[in-house]
Amino acid sequence: MLGKTAGSLYWMARYLERSENNARLIEAGFRIALTRSNTARAEWRSVLVTAGSDWRFAQAHGEDYTSPRVVDFLLRDPANPSAILSVVKQARDNARTARTYLTREVWEAVNTSWMTLSGLLKRQVREDDLPDVLAAIRQQSAQVRGAFTGTMLRNDGYNFARLGTFLERADNTARILDVKYFLLLPSVAHIGSSIDNVQWETILRSVSAHRAYRWLYGTEISALKIAEFLILYKQMPRSLAFCCDKMNDNLGWLQRGYGEETEAGRMAEAICRDRLSRPIQSIFDGGLHEYITDFLRANAALAQQVERDYRFVE
Amino acid sequence: MQGQGGETRAPYREFCEWFAAEEPARIHRKAQQAEAFFRTTGITFAVYGQDEADERLIPFDVVPRIISASEWRRLSRGIEQRVRALNAFLHDIYHRQEILRAGRVPVELISRNEAFLPMMMGMDPPGGVYTHISGIDIVRTGANEFYVLEDNARTPSGVSYMLENRETMLQMFPELFAKVPVREVGDYPINLLRSLSACAPPACGGTPTVAVLTPGIHNSAYFEHSFLADQMGAELVEGHDLRVVNGRVAMRTTQGYKPIDVLYRRVDDDFLDPLNFRPDSVLGVPGIWDVYRAGGITIANAPGTGIADDKALYSYMPDIIEFYTGEKALLPNVPTWRCSDPEHLKEVLDRLPELVVKEVHGSGGYGMLVGPAASKKEIAAFRAKLEANPRGYIAQPTLSLSTVPIFTRSGLAPRHVDLRPFVLMSPAGIIITPGGLTRVAMTKGSLVVNSSQGGGTKDTWVLED
Repeated sequence: MLGKTAGSLYWMARYLERSENNARLIEAGFRIALTRSNTARAEWRSVLVTAGSDWRFAQAHGEDYTSPRVVDFLLRDPANPSAILSVVKQARDNARTARTYLTREVWEAVNTSWMTLSGLLKRQVREDDLPDVLAAIRQQSAQVRGAFTGTMLRNDGYNFARLGTFLERADNTARILDVKYFLLLPSVAHIGSSIDNVQWETILRSVSAHRAYRWLYGTEISALKIAEFLILYKQMPRSLAFCCDKMNDNLGWLQRGYGEETEAGRMAEAICRDRLSRPIQSIFDGGLHEYITDFLRANAALAQQVERDYRFVE
Repeated sequence: MQGQGGETRAPYREFCEWFAAEEPARIHRKAQQAEAFFRTTGITFAVYGQDEADERLIPFDVVPRIISASEWRRLSRGIEQRVRALNAFLHDIYHRQEILRAGRVPVELISRNEAFLPMMMGMDPPGGVYTHISGIDIVRTGANEFYVLEDNARTPSGVSYMLENRETMLQMFPELFAKVPVREVGDYPINLLRSLSACAPPACGGTPTVAVLTPGIHNSAYFEHSFLADQMGAELVEGHDLRVVNGRVAMRTTQGYKPIDVLYRRVDDDFLDPLNFRPDSVLGVPGIWDVYRAGGITIANAPGTGIADDKALYSYMPDIIEFYTGEKALLPNVPTWRCSDPEHLKEVLDRLPELVVKEVHGSGGYGMLVGPAASKKEIAAFRAKLEANPRGYIAQPTLSLSTVPIFTRSGLAPRHVDLRPFVLMSPAGIIITPGGLTRVAMTKGSLVVNSSQGGGTKDTWVLED
């Protein structure tokens, strides 16, 4: 297949994943803003940092970290290239470019999702409509995913798209940890006061896993457990270990299919081996912040290597 | 749909029976569903210069245009004759130019024509085919009167609408196709692939690799480009995916560069090769021309075919057909005044309010004057343009185009239509898909059917014998 097409499938998947992640961040932030108005501004700010959009926000709106302003910025502000509206548009443009490699079902799901969301986000969303809009974003994204897993041939194109999904997702989970790591620091937990309930719930809600956590760990809420869950727990579909396992599968498929080992394949293996096959305690011992920073860097380097190895651009 | 006496014409009888028994509300609902279907499928076209609403639907009308088996036999014979003549003319013009020597076509019409490509002189395109894909625009003015309005020998578009219109009708009214025996159009993509593959260049070893070259997602016909590539199972490439490697045009795949044998290009000649044509073009492939000359790739349609569908040349088509086939043209031309001829020009200027005047190099219904529909001011302005540059225009009588009903809020209403059948040519022969694209002027009384000017489309049925 064309390198450009592979790149378009990869970016289509990354953008779709990004829109879903951003919706989840808004949802978690909005919840805190409603329940704890005194910490709302700080919370919105950390949401912006997680989305990688804080400096753009500051440029456009200064220190105006109010719910309506931040929510609008994340949903549809033209000044924000990562706003859901523009991310979905980019996903659709990439899908159009790769149209010949998509089934009719997938293309229609992506196109419908763009049509629906550009309708819903035409105007600023009123606060009482926000839950519905976020639900619609989640639903559209689920429809694309359903069409994708249900109808796509398991060929190279499929693997490039999945690679995009998991690289983006790993990046997102790692960023959430990066922004919130201070809440998980042993110094806080060791004092004996368990972490602030609302705060840890926000972390888990940002990856839609607060219920899953309770199923697994019951009522025990500890920094170590939350970090373990988000970093190492392989059955959790947004954990770093899960994402990296999948990337390894996708790259393994591509290497076997093409009969050619690549640098990207080696890098993905190294991430799994060196960073995700160790107990959580050793990660804390080496410094959680350093660990996350290193992971983000390795993940970004892998993404770049994939583009090179498979000739997305000249 | 109706004959002169108001009776329902034979090909429409079964359809009309069905229609009479249907609830208008149901058909209306179906028409709305069709629109939603076109939107989600992304069957849209981009309108240049309109920023936000940059994708539009071409209006689709649910009433089919129906052609009987015997009418189609006649039409397709005439179309085949015409396409063979066009191809023979192109070969001649780029070789010995006998038609010019014989004085049947004026030399300056070729030598001073921008569409003439001197670089094609002496070139033999693989398989001897110039016009792999052509579209012949036909209008009807009476029960047995068909005219060819225009030939499209460069990159005729619209075939995806022909196919999707049928698909839509099949989804909306499956029962109708059980009642009326309509000929298939769905094998166009496979015929296109076969036809292109049959023209593979000498350098091709094994199964030819076919690719479609598009200017990209912002081109107005992008949907069609991706649709055809998809249906053929061919790669859809842009200029920046291609480069010349080891004397072949190759595309950048995830596993390195891979040669292409046949390139169905949907970009104009000028943009094909920045080294040999327009240097500022980023749509084409530097050096593709040299590969083409050396037999390393087939370009469809061949560069330089524009000389055959030039509007100034159109008036010579009856002579051209006779010259190469030895037969009279089976399908007549619309009588045409060449404004480059002083006598013709005088007559045109005298009769401007009743004529249609077209730019020789125009397309898409732009830059034309429809005399009977124009205001005095518009006519005066056009007169000035015409006097300043008579060579740039031709004129034709305003034809009383046949009408076909469309479905409106207040029931059926007549609208003017034309027809563009699509013709494939390869050394293996000529294939004409039964029917083609029917374009319809959606505004009452209007004669302009171009989609860029608000025209719509219909499904076109050719009945089985």
